Amino acid sequence: MATSNTGVEVRLPSAPRGRGLRLGGTRGVDLIAKMLTLVAAVSVLLVTVWLVIELWEQSELSRHAFGFRFLLDRAWDPVFGHFGAMPFVYGTLVTSAVAMLIAIPLGVGAAIFLAELAPRGLSDTLTFLIELLAAVPSVVLGLVGIFVVVPWVRTSFGPFLKDIFGFLPLFQGPIYGVGFLTAGLVLAIMVLPFIVSISREVLLSVPNDLREGALALGSTHWESTWKVVVPTAGTGILGSIFLGLARALGETMAVSMVIGGTPQIAASLFAPGYSIASVIADQFAEATGDLFRQSLVELGLVLFGITVLLHAVARLLVNTTARKAKGAA
Amino acid sequence: MSATDAARLDVTQNLNPEKAQETAAVPEAGRNQPAVKIKARNVDFFYGPKQVLQGISADIRERRITALIGPSGCGKTTFLRTINRMYETVKNARADGELLLDSESIFDLALPHLRRRVGMVFQKPNPFPKSIFDNVAYGPRVHGLANGARLAELVEQSLRGAALWEEVKDSLHKSAFSLSGGQQQRLSIARALAIDPEVLLLDEPCSALDPISTAKIEELLFAIENRCTLVIVTHNMAQAARVADYTGFFLTGKLVEFNDTKTIFTNPSRKETEDYITGRFG
Repeated sequence: MATSNTGVEVRLPSAPRGRGLRLGGTRGVDLIAKMLTLVAAVSVLLVTVWLVIELWEQSELSRHAFGFRFLLDRAWDPVFGHFGAMPFVYGTLVTSAVAMLIAIPLGVGAAIFLAELAPRGLSDTLTFLIELLAAVPSVVLGLVGIFVVVPWVRTSFGPFLKDIFGFLPLFQGPIYGVGFLTAGLVLAIMVLPFIVSISREVLLSVPNDLREGALALGSTHWESTWKVVVPTAGTGILGSIFLGLARALGETMAVSMVIGGTPQIAASLFAPGYSIASVIADQFAEATGDLFRQSLVELGLVLFGITVLLHAVARLLVNTTARKAKGAA
Repeated sequence: MSATDAARLDVTQNLNPEKAQETAAVPEAGRNQPAVKIKARNVDFFYGPKQVLQGISADIRERRITALIGPSGCGKTTFLRTINRMYETVKNARADGELLLDSESIFDLALPHLRRRVGMVFQKPNPFPKSIFDNVAYGPRVHGLANGARLAELVEQSLRGAALWEEVKDSLHKSAFSLSGGQQQRLSIARALAIDPEVLLLDEPCSALDPISTAKIEELLFAIENRCTLVIVTHNMAQAARVADYTGFFLTGKLVEFNDTKTIFTNPSRKETEDYITGRFG
């Protein structure tokens, strides 16, 4: 500062410019770090691109044979070499929808309890236990599905729904135990820990100023939570929901164990069905013939497409809510 | 003239002439002071086993501005948060003693009711992540005071009351975060005014603001004074001298001295008060 007052310019010693790489010097280290992280970033991207290319090339036969009809065709007939993705797309979407319908209110509700109402010690313990649920291998949850959820749906939950909502096509027809509903229930269990633990974290990060601000205006504890804290955490909660949805769409093992393995489109949730991920896992090993195998690969491509689409929608939603909250609009 | 006298004079120059006159006009003995709005008698406060307020007794006058000054950690904010029982959000916090709003004990009032009557503005502006309109409408909606056109009118009145209307009338549906810090603080005041409180507690409302925004808020306080009783905690003694009719000096959990602002700043009866306002410590 003093230099500018007196008009005397002091040249600070600076790193020599344009002298190339000085290994061991600051610039050398910076460069190496930059290259390493760049390589890491690029390789992640390359894996994704490579994956899409492989899926695309490996499904060439099927794509040429069926074209866009593949997406809309309801038939899946390996004997006559006739393949369509519709029943699997339907199964994937329906089971995920059932899962989210159950998991969103339960998960967000639990997160609100854990973040806003429960004493901190209890909250941490319960959250730990809930997060453990996320670590349970899906095949184990599949077993639980077969031995617990399937009989329960067949003998109690299914008949109960049928009694009350039997007038809806969703709850008509014979109850096998396996089917869309059961797969959705098992998926809900798998998705819950994601929604609960992330939503809780987001709620806890809401500044206390806002809680006090709402309370100071005479809100009850619940009003301050529901009208101020939850909306503030909205973007993050939405993020946790989409993370859960991504898991539900791609889940393979547990679904394949309880969905029934029947490629059909049925209005009833009690009916057995099939999902994209589970049919690939079930049938790939015994896929005879190139067309059969390539149709399964194309199913993988379709699943990838659905996931990308939903991810884009999620991004859009999160961005718009975030922008609305920040008021940049 | 001693150094102390010089320093004292310096602060005195900050005294608002209008205010000084007003107080001076009141006859010294048997003056007809405004009614007591908040009456504190022997208020003690504890965080767990730690006592942070000891025997606070004070009469806070209706429709006047009362400033609470003192060094950090002396208990002035705690006392403020006792008046609307905001301290109850903290675990193990406990208040004892008599604290009356008009003639009712604040400890007997239901919280939403108490806080409707006793509003609060915080140190840091804390707008909700909602539009400007919805921020101000929050209180009236929670208490079911108004809706539709009546609510819009109430929001406008409150924003005018907080001297913010002209700046935001065309952007009521923009997010409150689009406002500057000073505007956000005035929005917080508008939000508090919207439920027509009898008392407004302000906890260092200008500490995060620049001098121009601070001046606007101070001006605003004079305007609100006609409609509600104001209690302001401040670190800035010049601010207390400028805005307050009455000033209380807190030190280590005790209310050392409480009197009209002029007396506190020109003729304090306690040595500690004099030391503090002349800048010997704090």
